[in-house]
Amino acid sequence: MKPSGADYTHLIRMAGLFVVGVTAFVLLRWLMVPADFGVYGHYRAGALKDNMARPVMFAGQASCVECHTDVAEVRAAGRHAHVGCEACHGPLAAHAGNPDGAKPVRPDPRKTCIICHTASISKPKTFPQVVPADHAPEGSCVDCHKVHNPKLS
Amino acid sequence: MNQDRRSFLGQTGKLLILTASAAVAWEHILAGRPEDAPNYTATDHWWGMAIDIEKCIGCGTCVRACKAENDVPHEDYMFRTWVERYVVDPADLDHPQVDSRNGGYDGFHEREVLDTRLKMFFVPKLCNHCAHSPCVQVCPVGATFESPDGVVLVDKTYCLGCRYCVQACPYGCRFIDPRTETVDKCSLCYHRITKGLTTACCETCPTGARTLADLKDPKDPIHAFLRDHKVQVLKPQMATGSKMYYNGLDGSVR
Repeated sequence: MKPSGADYTHLIRMAGLFVVGVTAFVLLRWLMVPADFGVYGHYRAGALKDNMARPVMFAGQASCVECHTDVAEVRAAGRHAHVGCEACHGPLAAHAGNPDGAKPVRPDPRKTCIICHTASISKPKTFPQVVPADHAPEGSCVDCHKVHNPKLS
Repeated sequence: MNQDRRSFLGQTGKLLILTASAAVAWEHILAGRPEDAPNYTATDHWWGMAIDIEKCIGCGTCVRACKAENDVPHEDYMFRTWVERYVVDPADLDHPQVDSRNGGYDGFHEREVLDTRLKMFFVPKLCNHCAHSPCVQVCPVGATFESPDGVVLVDKTYCLGCRYCVQACPYGCRFIDPRTETVDKCSLCYHRITKGLTTACCETCPTGARTLADLKDPKDPIHAFLRDHKVQVLKPQMATGSKMYYNGLDGSVR
């Protein structure tokens, strides 16, 4: 027996609703998900570029040594050979980019040296350490030591 | 249409298998290549770090450098890298005392009680850039991810600030930046390493206790470091695939 119209119109309505739902979902997803989402994985590929875009503050050894070859030579001869310039001098990318415009501040030896060299039982035994109050109660560390090659001068 | 159960199941099975394989193939068709980025080929690198505890003097230079380089808020408990001091009774590895005042930003002052029986050492910490990161697995929106070169990064524009990843990280490496209400963490100085520079912490470490490592570079000193030392990662039992290789890591370190 051929089915009458009333028997299947509800199926057509349901199918129509289904198609509208799927279309709405696909459209909304297309609108809301960035085009580069999922290019490399479950994330926005542009986020890699965003992370790369941050400004550099520490210029790095290579930049410093390009100009300050004299200091680099002195340092290479002593026990501070492997200490980066910016470990004591602070972030100087601005100075590296504009040597005359952004002048760095000379670090205060009394503060800078003791950050590393104050004696502590927690430090490795082989690391040179002093009790500043006993070793040199007054004056500056640079009165006796040269900072770039700290052997007694 | 007449259909018995056997042919219905057969057809449904075929349909499922075909759609599944088509979906997998389509993903590969859509997938781009990380090499599309100019000047830097992400797939040529696999970043990690070598950390030598026996060289760390707890000066906190790395902490100060990191805060300066990455604009980290000057608040207690907000660090991308920090240094912990462990004080351990050698016979009681389960109960170490750990202090890290201001994350070691100001260095460490001498403890008043000096018991020479105690073992003391410093442990620098940062994001472990896990190959199988728990934080990435829990992010509901894909705002944190493992990059093709093995760095766990945050998409600040996508982060909801739901804090799920903060709880998921077994190493406590994440915090919420109060200025943006989004999560923040060590990016292994991604803006530096992709330009051929080392990280701010490695650049400034005066004793060479931490060294950035490219595990895919056959000339990188990391291979000699891993071969010549007894190295360990933090919490290996969690199988996070950490790429922070510690030399001289004591069993008491959490």
